[in-house]
Amino acid sequence: MDYSNLRRQIISMKKSLFDQGYLDEQFNQLEELQDDSSPNFVEEVVALFFKDSSRLLTNIERALEKYPQDFYRLDSLAHQFKGSGSSIGALRMKNECSMFKAHCSDRNLEGCRRSLQKMKREHATLKQKLETYFQLLRQVGPRERAVNSWK
Amino acid sequence: MAVATETPFHVLAVDDSLLDRKLIERLLKTSSFQVTTVDSGSKALEFLGIHGEDSSPPVSDADQLEVAVNLIITDYCMPGMTGYDLLKKIKESTSLRDIPVVIMSSENIPSRINRCLEEGADEFFLKPVRLSDMSKLKPHILKSRCKEHYHQEQHQQSDSDSDSNSNECSNPTNNSSSDNSNSRKRKAEDDEVLPQTNRSRHS
Repeated sequence: MDYSNLRRQIISMKKSLFDQGYLDEQFNQLEELQDDSSPNFVEEVVALFFKDSSRLLTNIERALEKYPQDFYRLDSLAHQFKGSGSSIGALRMKNECSMFKAHCSDRNLEGCRRSLQKMKREHATLKQKLETYFQLLRQVGPRERAVNSWK
Repeated sequence: MAVATETPFHVLAVDDSLLDRKLIERLLKTSSFQVTTVDSGSKALEFLGIHGEDSSPPVSDADQLEVAVNLIITDYCMPGMTGYDLLKKIKESTSLRDIPVVIMSSENIPSRINRCLEEGADEFFLKPVRLSDMSKLKPHILKSRCKEHYHQEQHQQSDSDSDSNSNECSNPTNNSSSDNSNSRKRKAEDDEVLPQTNRSRHS
């Protein structure tokens, strides 16, 4: 099977994800940890992130709708979100969480609401992009995938 | 029993985040550590305490090797018992205090870092933890074993009844299983750090 085209697509997609700030160096770190003994590590970790973060987004939304808002709890939820995002190298997500936390500190409800909308958009976009990326990777198969040289 | 086989060091990793547990486990395994992960400080103490209670010398080599903990790495921010609380409890325990503890945190707060180091943490990692951080762990494990060897030399008398295990700690009985297994692992190092363990293996 001719992988060269696929490889080019994968490299190009990954470069664009980095250039546009969706991902940072931590994502590379994850790929370095993937090998024959753990061939789907990155995808598994990313899946955990999306499971975690979907739940957190729901909880944040609910917490915002409660009155009076518990900014301490909101900050704590955003903090967890930020942590997971940071663990997988989700740069934009991480930054938006920081914004949300700043609004929490200011007890700025409107700011939190706006930030939440951004977080949801970033979340959906990142999910879609990474799904595409992993789909491409799956087409090249585990052996090719484990090759780090073509980062 | 393969006495000549080098057993990997065993690290207990504590983090309430499943994602981070998966990550630290991978990092540690890639760096040739044996890993146990738990999701809270209380579960960590349970894991450490249970084995501490069970380890009354002499116990079969196999049991000791499986349960020994050579290093604890814990997240700082956890609900209930924080990493700092866990650190304190470990340092307060005569059987556990010689096990090196590393704290991880996503926040770079100097006062927090200092507090942990002052309480006895051996290292502080900023999250996300990287592969390059893993190389900092082994020195702490080896250092703590040297410390134990020193203690052991200081308390030669009281060690007589724990001779079969490993004389590593000033607490002959009910000491952390990590102390026990340390003597059996790393054969080469055992030979240079703890010459007595050669004898102890024959029990």
